[in-house]
Amino acid sequence: MIKNLKAWFSGLPKAVRLLIIVLAAVLVLLVPRMFTSSYIMGIICRILLYTTLAGSLNVINGYTGQFSIGHAGFFAVGCYTTAILSSNYGWNFWLTLPLAGILTAIIGLLVALPTFRMTGIYLSIVTLGFSEIIRLIALNWTGLTGGPLGIKGIPAPQFLGMNIRRAGDYYYIFLLFAVLFLLITARVLKSRIGRAWMSIREDQQAAQSLGVELVKYKAMNFAYGAFWAGLAGAIYAPYINYVDSNTFTLDEGFNILSMAIIGGMGTLGGPVLGSFVVNILNELLRPVSAYRLVVYGLLIVVMMWIRPQGLIGASDSMLADDRTGVDLLERLGLKKRKTA
Amino acid sequence: MSALLVAKNVSKHFGGLKAVDSVDMTINEGDIFGIIGPNGAGKTTFFNICSGVYKPTHGEITFDGHELVGQKPEQIARLGMARTFQNIRLFKYMSVLENIFIGFQTKTKTGLTDAILHTATYKDDERLIREEGLKVLDSLGLLPFKDTKAGNLSYGMQRKVEIARALALGPKLLLLDEPAAGMNQQEKQELMRFVIDLNKKGYTIALIEHDMRFVMNSCNRILVLNFGQKICEGTPEEVREDKGVNEAYFGKGLLVGRKRATA
Repeated sequence: MIKNLKAWFSGLPKAVRLLIIVLAAVLVLLVPRMFTSSYIMGIICRILLYTTLAGSLNVINGYTGQFSIGHAGFFAVGCYTTAILSSNYGWNFWLTLPLAGILTAIIGLLVALPTFRMTGIYLSIVTLGFSEIIRLIALNWTGLTGGPLGIKGIPAPQFLGMNIRRAGDYYYIFLLFAVLFLLITARVLKSRIGRAWMSIREDQQAAQSLGVELVKYKAMNFAYGAFWAGLAGAIYAPYINYVDSNTFTLDEGFNILSMAIIGGMGTLGGPVLGSFVVNILNELLRPVSAYRLVVYGLLIVVMMWIRPQGLIGASDSMLADDRTGVDLLERLGLKKRKTA
Repeated sequence: MSALLVAKNVSKHFGGLKAVDSVDMTINEGDIFGIIGPNGAGKTTFFNICSGVYKPTHGEITFDGHELVGQKPEQIARLGMARTFQNIRLFKYMSVLENIFIGFQTKTKTGLTDAILHTATYKDDERLIREEGLKVLDSLGLLPFKDTKAGNLSYGMQRKVEIARALALGPKLLLLDEPAAGMNQQEKQELMRFVIDLNKKGYTIALIEHDMRFVMNSCNRILVLNFGQKICEGTPEEVREDKGVNEAYFGKGLLVGRKRATA
């Protein structure tokens, strides 16, 4: 579907293509004017935030095949870095931003250390443990993080002398970073580095035999994913205005993971769609919030069952494997299975 | 003719099992070097030691003047040794061309910033791998399949892609682990011609193979292993005449039987 869309688009005359791009850009920039409700803008902001978060997790899980489930930990590090520096030490938000990214990347490197010796479920457990360690440090190191009380009143970032306060303003920051993430990651993936990552996903031993330096590329991959999660966290801190350790539970980690899975791991667009679907679903299910997680879990089970490659994953991708061409009706026995 | 790969007294023990036991071997530049032996003789283990997958229990290996023991597979690949695997290890969900691209990993040097900013290094690298990659595919007649997912190709084709990928490294030594396994006679003939052609182009090749006709007609030197030990090393003629080799393959036989055979 995506391929057809791409083919259709590149088949258009250049002027028409340009017009479509400009129109789309204007439309996207005018979103805060169209939706004045802060509730709706809040949802849109979350979608953009989680696009970066799920996307950066997808770089680790979908492209290098390291199944990390501790992304909430990286998110937390970025978030706390900005919160602490800007509210306790009065740093400018824009200065804390790169610092949060770099610090999280360094921590990503540390988490990557055990991945050189571990794969699969063992690695997942390490990342899970890491995420919990970060949360517990945040909860107990009262002097630095405010402990259970958290950090309140994180100062709003300034832009050209204006205070950025409303969701409609944050929209632009979230948008900028989501777009930056997608553009930069697309370039990285389409280079020697991205191909090395994918070769590790597909066959570690073969990759090594061709000179792909396993340790270097796995470390780089974790650091890269962590960097963007850190940036997302750094923006989230002043947006939400209040940070405490409850934001970064394992549930949050699974939340991010489910977006990557539902959208389609190993595709650039997957987490964008996943973030959209899950966040919208979150809001739709708000009236029955007690059952929200049930629906959620069910959704993941069904997804794994009928479409393991995710909503926009290609049917001939690694995740879909031998389930190619099996549709929902066949799975449910409502349609006769095609015999190959 | 100088020695390219020299193994001295190499052993690999898995617990009490001596998979490879004090093996010496010399591969000279320009050789097509065959390693043969019955199943479980330690051939693949020996290959894995040479390419860095296993660390030998003792012994030393030098390749082109570098000590190999303790080096990682990726470092050995960088020194100019490329290999294929007994059970094909392609990047199945990547296209044939992308598989070849990864073979150029050691020849390119694009870093993270190069990739993000599309610097000259990035552009040069991408041009190089595309041009050279297509050339490699063309030389193996794989050009029509360049955009096919590697896993969707037939078995024989996959073997070829794996060899093409190894060639992309521009190796000084090419290790082929049972390249003709699962092929029919005609495919084997083609592969043999291809290997000989490669050798004429200047590649030094070492291969493990069970098909005797293949080995005897292509290799100029042969190493025979049995139960991890070296039985014989020499030209095909020497190996054919060697008593130990005959015993390893056909057993000692009864005295009567042997007399009848020689009669």
